[in-house]
Amino acid sequence: MSSELVSELMRDYIYRLVSSGRRSDGRSLDEPRKLTVETGFAKTAEGSARVKLGHTEVLVGIKMSTGEPYPDTPNSGVMSTSAELIPMASPTFEAGPPSPDAIEIARVVDRGIRESKMMNMEKLCLVPHEKVWVLFIDIHVLDFDGNLFDAASYGAVAALATTTVPAKAQAVGEDFPLPVEHWPVSVTSAKIRDIVVVDPNADEERIADARLTVTTDENGDIRAMQKGLRGSFSYDEIKRIVETSQRIGREIRPLLRP
Amino acid sequence: MEDIEHIPKALKLIDERGIRLDGRRSDELRPIRMEAGVLRRADGSSYVEWGGNKILAAVYGPREAHPRHLQDPTRALVQCRYNMAPFSVSDRKRPGPDRRSVEISKVISEALASVVMVEQFPRTSIDIFIEVLQADAGTRCAGLTAASVALADAGVPMLDLVASCASGKIGGVVCLDLNKEEDNFGEADCPMAIVPRTGQIVLLQMDGHMTYDEFQKAMELSMDATRRIYEMQRDALRRRYVVAMEEVLKEPPRGPTGEAAGPERLEDLEAADLADSDREVIR
Repeated sequence: MSSELVSELMRDYIYRLVSSGRRSDGRSLDEPRKLTVETGFAKTAEGSARVKLGHTEVLVGIKMSTGEPYPDTPNSGVMSTSAELIPMASPTFEAGPPSPDAIEIARVVDRGIRESKMMNMEKLCLVPHEKVWVLFIDIHVLDFDGNLFDAASYGAVAALATTTVPAKAQAVGEDFPLPVEHWPVSVTSAKIRDIVVVDPNADEERIADARLTVTTDENGDIRAMQKGLRGSFSYDEIKRIVETSQRIGREIRPLLRP
Repeated sequence: MEDIEHIPKALKLIDERGIRLDGRRSDELRPIRMEAGVLRRADGSSYVEWGGNKILAAVYGPREAHPRHLQDPTRALVQCRYNMAPFSVSDRKRPGPDRRSVEISKVISEALASVVMVEQFPRTSIDIFIEVLQADAGTRCAGLTAASVALADAGVPMLDLVASCASGKIGGVVCLDLNKEEDNFGEADCPMAIVPRTGQIVLLQMDGHMTYDEFQKAMELSMDATRRIYEMQRDALRRRYVVAMEEVLKEPPRGPTGEAAGPERLEDLEAADLADSDREVIR
């Protein structure tokens, strides 16, 4: 993701813009891009969502089957998240096993959903210790223009919110909607030298020094965080980023609910 | 305090007096022991025992980066491999990198790259190996703390060490440095790492449930603890040079032709009281 070369001219241009409070796509520093959510895109999936965050486009599909629970959570369903940065989405993405970038994105999305207890996983238990629902969240990146953390997270939350558990097909009763109880929203900020911008586009992300993703729930409580890249944040910057994430979380949350 | 229903009733992680299962107060670290220069072949190394964690860190490089297409013509790569021994946890861990260790390796590499003076070593790689031999929660913080001591031991130029510690929430109380039970049954965990000289935060992760106020409390606990950890790191590095000095004194220094150095110099050296003057010797 960061392996693309950026000319000094571009680097200076973007920094000059953000240091005067503006951005290359006309947004203010703490304004996310336009989010559109289209659910039910893949009919073969139990739930799916195609999400556009500016020009970043992600398709998330949910598949479910029955399987065994983990021994330490015998009464809970199992959830597993993976992300594929397929080569069609960016000249810098390569085919092959998941890169550390893809693994990090999948794990941070997973953490936000898991830690916010978005789904009641105990309602996905069929026979304790023996048989539970196994839920796969597959994130397919179609077009990369920065901030995959948030796009993937919005796609996953929107897809889960419209998922129907295929009980009939597995001969374990009637189909029912996935028991969703909480609404995590991930908001990512990037620091370019000394300026923090929210929802960075690919140009901004490429020259960013540090990145911080904060996932909040409907009460504004923090459920997951992840700092990335080689740069650093001061404690005051982190506090401001958390406050911005709480505010943008409130704005985004209604767009993810069906 | 608040919602602790999901914790088994029998396991009360913190009592009314604010004392935890292992007897610590909320702002207390587990016992920590650090040693620098513990491996023969590595350019730098360290060993950290932190509560029940036993962690080795080794540094190789700066050395030519392989494969060559990874080389950066402007700076060194800082590549960390965090690995858990199969026997380091109660259920055997399958050997080799899993997704968790790939992620931890990535965030530790990024945290260390912010202090290493990478511009001084273009096209090279600085390889850091962290081996968790025994795990008891907080391994990424202990591993990162150990790795920065190993980097200093290797003589890699850095702006400062990185000191790391986690805070979390157990039984509704924000606590420093969770152990395994507290991590498993607690409500939140928030590992962080700081550059003590500048106060910049170079690693930050969180999972669980914390209000904004609780998060601020956790950050303040961790920042305070990293100052103590920083002193331990510096101590470990100082002791390394005291040991080196003692070795020099045992073996008479050789001149260019191989003869022992003049007796007057040896006597001078032996007269120096190491225990009192170790600080001077290092500086």
